[in-house]
Amino acid sequence: MGYFQGFAVTFRKLFEKRVTTSYPREKRAKPDRLHGRHVLNRYEDGMEKCIGCELCAGVCPANCIYVRGADNPEDAPVSPGERYGFVFEINYLRCIHCDLCVEACPTEAITETKLFEFSFTNRSDAIYTKAELLVDAETGRPRQLPWEDWREGEDEMTSAWMRATSPSGDVTYSGRVAWSAELGYGVRAPEVGQAGDGDDGEVDGGSA
Amino acid sequence: MSPATLTAPLVLAADPLLDGAIGPGIVGIVLIKVVMAFILLLVSVMLMVWFERKLIADMHNRIGPAEAGPFGILQTLADGIKLFFKEDLIPDRADRVVFKLAPYLSLVPAFLVFSIVPIGGDFSGDGTVTWFGETTYLQVADPPVGVLFFLALSSVAVYGVMLAGWSSGSKYPLLGSVRASAQMISYEAALGLAIATVFLTSGSLSTHEIVARQVSGSWNVLATGVVPFLVFLLAGTAELNRPPFDLVEAEQELVGGFHTEYSSLRFSLFFLAEFMNVITMSAIAVTLFLGGPAGPILTDTLGWVWPVFWFSLKVFVFLFCFVWLRATLPRLRYDQLMDLGWKVLIPVALGWFLLIATMNVADDLGWPMVPVVLVGVAVLVAGAALLTGAIQKARGDALADLVDEGLEG
Repeated sequence: MGYFQGFAVTFRKLFEKRVTTSYPREKRAKPDRLHGRHVLNRYEDGMEKCIGCELCAGVCPANCIYVRGADNPEDAPVSPGERYGFVFEINYLRCIHCDLCVEACPTEAITETKLFEFSFTNRSDAIYTKAELLVDAETGRPRQLPWEDWREGEDEMTSAWMRATSPSGDVTYSGRVAWSAELGYGVRAPEVGQAGDGDDGEVDGGSA
Repeated sequence: MSPATLTAPLVLAADPLLDGAIGPGIVGIVLIKVVMAFILLLVSVMLMVWFERKLIADMHNRIGPAEAGPFGILQTLADGIKLFFKEDLIPDRADRVVFKLAPYLSLVPAFLVFSIVPIGGDFSGDGTVTWFGETTYLQVADPPVGVLFFLALSSVAVYGVMLAGWSSGSKYPLLGSVRASAQMISYEAALGLAIATVFLTSGSLSTHEIVARQVSGSWNVLATGVVPFLVFLLAGTAELNRPPFDLVEAEQELVGGFHTEYSSLRFSLFFLAEFMNVITMSAIAVTLFLGGPAGPILTDTLGWVWPVFWFSLKVFVFLFCFVWLRATLPRLRYDQLMDLGWKVLIPVALGWFLLIATMNVADDLGWPMVPVVLVGVAVLVAGAALLTGAIQKARGDALADLVDEGLEG
């Protein structure tokens, strides 16, 4: 009677629990490594991390990043190195949130927040300039624009994906703290479940 | 015309309301019934669309419409309003008159069929209700040709689909409508034969009479021996172009089928007619086979509500099953559809019809029943064997031809 088993299946489904959430009213917690809107980070002393190397712009598959570096003014340097990001723009009508820019960045200057709920009413709003991308000089938190729907806690984990990857993809360095400190947060701990965070010794690749 | 001819309007209907002089009060009651049936059908279509979407969502482990009104119950209304404001397109190559006429050819029969369905009335008595001191049936009309009227109108509905596809001046609708007319006509034969079996046991074409007979005796589903009921269900589903027989609108093959080129209000008329047909087909099935509004009357106050309730409950079971079918079964292939219609349903319905007819004749003439049934079944089995033999021979020949062609080519 295989033909009639289908009816039993569909009937059973009537009483199963739904996994759907009614999205705009009820929002699920987002995964730690979600790729959202970018931020440009600062060092703890308030200096910008970006050195204007344009690697992010070069790697971007959607060609949505525009960077122009400039020499640091000697009396008031913007970043610790020789050069800094003089212009930094991301066009969110093109960005596909692949996070390749984050992986390419040598100084962890560009990372992604978990914010994806933002929309604009004109094209110029879609192009985020340095003024909008750079974290606040006092708190190190991302700037929140009027058309963005930020929720509790979303501005904290702004660099999870960067910390999840090990340098050069070498598993030996997995979980090893090899990243610089950030304004407002200090040196971030590795993810839970990786060696080096002290909570979990299961993955022992980093202990070598 | 003398008053005597006016007092004998049995040609039109057997409703006791129309016996005697027809005054403005009676005309008023008829009008109320017509308007009530119209509104009831429209509202139930609205709920049916919502119910189908919600139930099939549940069977798919989804939620379904949830935004418009509580539980999304106003979704159909919202969709209707949206359709109303959409641009009404007529393709350049369309036959404009027929194109505009076709939706109404679909819709009007769907409405009219419902008028012969008794939706209530105390059938432990004579099946009447009393309104404003007038005794009447709880159905819009009870013509003596009742069920034939239903068959006639479901044939007219084929024209709606057929002409819609033909007049669109576009190939997918044309393919859809050719499929539709072939399917609806071939299944109507099986449908008609299944219903004819009901005529044999009920001895009447009037829906009121058919229901009344079932209340005094047993329900027709048993009196006709279940087989015609099953044939009716299968053929009815195909007649409605419901899944798994929805080849007419097979989205993957034909875009939207016959109504591909329709938009706005004209499309919504087709949509309305489709769901209305589901409801009326269920109502007709309940009337013919499941005793219509028959059921226990549990309270004396508001006693007339109970038959309506039992009727609605039975129709609801059918509606549930239609959605269940849609959620479960994949669509048939076109040759499977035609095979099922012509090689299975029509022979079965015809054979069963002949068997019941033989038994009725035997009963009338006082022949012993057991040998008659045995001989009848033997004849049917022989006929079935001949038919399967013929089908297999034809299939074998076709295969041999194919092989020959392959060898030559």
